Amino acid sequence: MSSSPTPELLDKLAERLGSHLLRRDAFRGEATVVVAPQAWLETCRFLKEDPELAFGLLVDLTVVDLQALGGSPRFELVAHLYSIRKRHRIRLKTPVPEDQAQVPSLTPLWKNANWLEREAWDMFGVRFLGHPELRRILLYPEFEGHPLRRDYPLRKRQPLVAERDVEEPRSMVSEPVRYPVDPRFKTFGV
Amino acid sequence: MGLMEGLDNSVVTGRLDSALGWARKFSLFNLPFVTACCGMEYMSVQGAHYDMDRFGAAFPRFSPRQSDLLMVVGTISLKMAPVLVKVYQQMCEPKWVVSFGVCTISGGFYDNYCTLMGIDRVIPVDMYIPGCPPRPEMVLDGLQKLQEKIQRSPHPLTSGERHRDSPDSSHRA
Repeated sequence: MSSSPTPELLDKLAERLGSHLLRRDAFRGEATVVVAPQAWLETCRFLKEDPELAFGLLVDLTVVDLQALGGSPRFELVAHLYSIRKRHRIRLKTPVPEDQAQVPSLTPLWKNANWLEREAWDMFGVRFLGHPELRRILLYPEFEGHPLRRDYPLRKRQPLVAERDVEEPRSMVSEPVRYPVDPRFKTFGV
Repeated sequence: MGLMEGLDNSVVTGRLDSALGWARKFSLFNLPFVTACCGMEYMSVQGAHYDMDRFGAAFPRFSPRQSDLLMVVGTISLKMAPVLVKVYQQMCEPKWVVSFGVCTISGGFYDNYCTLMGIDRVIPVDMYIPGCPPRPEMVLDGLQKLQEKIQRSPHPLTSGERHRDSPDSSHRA
């Protein structure tokens, strides 16, 4: 079961962060801490290396595009951490502005941040400073743009091979299909 | 006096392309191009219970150069499409393509930035087997329909026509 760190530990974290702590809340036993972007790496290092917090595992790292919600700044970087030793979890967020979408990389702390940050770059176009090899991980190098941004056109495609010249429509059923009803099949009045 | 007189039952007459079609339809070597969950259903059809081997199309060759039936099983992403085209071009004539499951037919519900909306946009398809995934019975039905198609199709030996309008065969006379 997930459980947040004790309130004392969260107070300790808040004390350490000082003015870099932007928001802190808890919902159904899940703690969320929002920090300033300049404190992102230091906060993560503290959470990992403090013996009482001991967040040794970076569970997930992703980005939320708040454009449709009118959020400002536009992006929010979200990391989920877990402590295997202490068995507690925390959610860490930081706002990322669109015009300067870059944050320090977490690869010095957790090796798996490498691929997670490459995915975040691929899908949202957030840069991670100090990442050893920040290139696309899922999409092909020829792809232009970042598809999970809300302003990426929903049906825009960037094919790599030319489509064949076939007449439309592509053998579609023109009449509604009438399914034969098996008399043994009970419809139960539907 | 007929031509056949005196030969008793030692000869059988028939059309050459019919005999060649019969031979070809029961010697399909398929290449499973399996990319997604439809692969589980494909394995089921290949396995002992449904047993595609009964219809002469069981032996999977994992080299396109040794196979003549390309079974495209599972969602094809735009990143994968060049690979699929290359595999298709590496296959020798005659060759057939089966589109297995809705993702290969139309992209299915993956109407998004990364999915090829139907493999027939890049390679010609002979048989569409719908379903998400199709049941093994549907696959066997589709396979038999493909065999009927192969039986009916003209052979270059007898008709002088090219087998199909594939782009990589255009250089042939």
